[in-house]
Amino acid sequence: MRRNAVAVVGAAETTELGVIPNMSQIQLHADAALNAIADAGLKLSDIDGFATAVESPQQVCHYLGIKPTWVDGTSVGGCSFMLHVRHAAAAIEAGLCKTVLITHAESGKSMIGKLPRSIPADSLQGQFEAPFGVYGPPSMFPIPVLRFMKTYGVTHEQLASVAVVQREWAAKNPRASMKDPITVADVLNSRMIAYPFRLLQCCLVTDGGGALILTSADRAKDFPRKPVYILGTGESVETPMVSQMETFNSSRAFKVAGPLAFKEAGIAHKDVDHLMIYDAFAHLPLYGLGDLGFMPYEETGKFIADGNTRPGGKLPLNTNGGGLSYMHSGMYGMYALQESVRQMRGIAPAQVNDAKISVCHGVGGMFAASGTIIFTNEK
Amino acid sequence: MAEAARAKPKPTPETQHFWDGTKAGELRLQRCDACANVYFPPRPFCPSCASRKVSVFKASGKGKLYSYVINHRPAAPGFTPPYAIAVVELDEGPRMMSNIVDCPQTPEALVLDMKLEVAFEKLDDKITLPNFRPAKG
Ligand SMILES: [Zn+2]
Repeated sequence: MRRNAVAVVGAAETTELGVIPNMSQIQLHADAALNAIADAGLKLSDIDGFATAVESPQQVCHYLGIKPTWVDGTSVGGCSFMLHVRHAAAAIEAGLCKTVLITHAESGKSMIGKLPRSIPADSLQGQFEAPFGVYGPPSMFPIPVLRFMKTYGVTHEQLASVAVVQREWAAKNPRASMKDPITVADVLNSRMIAYPFRLLQCCLVTDGGGALILTSADRAKDFPRKPVYILGTGESVETPMVSQMETFNSSRAFKVAGPLAFKEAGIAHKDVDHLMIYDAFAHLPLYGLGDLGFMPYEETGKFIADGNTRPGGKLPLNTNGGGLSYMHSGMYGMYALQESVRQMRGIAPAQVNDAKISVCHGVGGMFAASGTIIFTNEK
Repeated sequence: MAEAARAKPKPTPETQHFWDGTKAGELRLQRCDACANVYFPPRPFCPSCASRKVSVFKASGKGKLYSYVINHRPAAPGFTPPYAIAVVELDEGPRMMSNIVDCPQTPEALVLDMKLEVAFEKLDDKITLPNFRPAKG
């Protein structure tokens, strides 16, 4: 894909985030979409391309009254929206559509109008994972981490520091769900969820949504907001069964998607001013730092524990507070993208001074899928 | 009552041999006749070279503890927390999810790379699950 050929010209989250008992999931989509349309200074009738995940594109398009000429219902978990951005950029470049709306919404906490997720007993997961007591992401996503810790010498304290540092960022974000400072001891004394992870190392469960609007860079300069360009993109999938990952020492999907995006962007790691790594659980930033090639895996835990990713550190990471402290509706990728766009626009509550390049890396399922988008505000 | 609610596998045409095996007290894997790749979960072709010439064989039932969590909450129906959800690396190469029985469900007792052997648990007339326990001797 050509660098900087497509830009984000509209971006918004739902009006409220957190607990939203007065809105169904489909209305959360609409709320985010209408906010993004207003942000871009557009009308719904200007949208000719549409993408969403979990909800079907036809459901949301009909609800909003959109008549698209291009749709994408790629639904690979929380990073689906990174993949939508990549696909949308390709579609705009190919001339299939001009203005794409991507929506995410989930009534993750209030569960109003939320589609049921179940594992059929005759699926491979139903036969070879479910009978052994896996029950939701906290029982599955952390399964690789003990092996990762043993291989690389990562400590429980280092994994606790991930939550501590992100809470520091969350404290700077008025819309974050959890803002009170915490210590490593607080994390290690919080309620056990699935050893080795405790409550404060697991993502929040909240309601919310977000939407993005993309168009060609040529048109982007006529919009009210500062364009945020798509510099590089990558995507991949591995397996829906965490037990069947090639290794627990890294994520194959991360190792494909991340480097693809860096190569396409033509940047080096030292060029990265701002980084988002989808943190459904505390180990993900460590995998991300290693798999995206920022540093050897052995150094990832120490790098975070030493404060390099905290406010004022040399690699600002998860500056909204992340899925651990900002919000996590179930598919957090959209909120990571929103924070990257805010940082590139220069309007983030915890703004990184002079940030010009932002890397936004997402996961879907339990290391099942991955998408990476690299943004820049310079063309 | 609680045990009745435990998620129970439903075999498919491609996996029936595996569940017939556990019922007969055998852990059955598949090996590619073309490239010798041993793989899991079951499918009637080799995921490495795409050959449809594959054979089912009885595995040793031995392996080691690759990784795990000890689940506290929420507990799956039929399970009493805390219980370990483990991934076992079989001597033949493939890994599979399982539970570790005859062993305290604690970090002290569950040591990575400890040797394990298969221990079958009959759920009903159709389904027997392959659990693992610390290897004897
Ligand atoms: Zn083969």
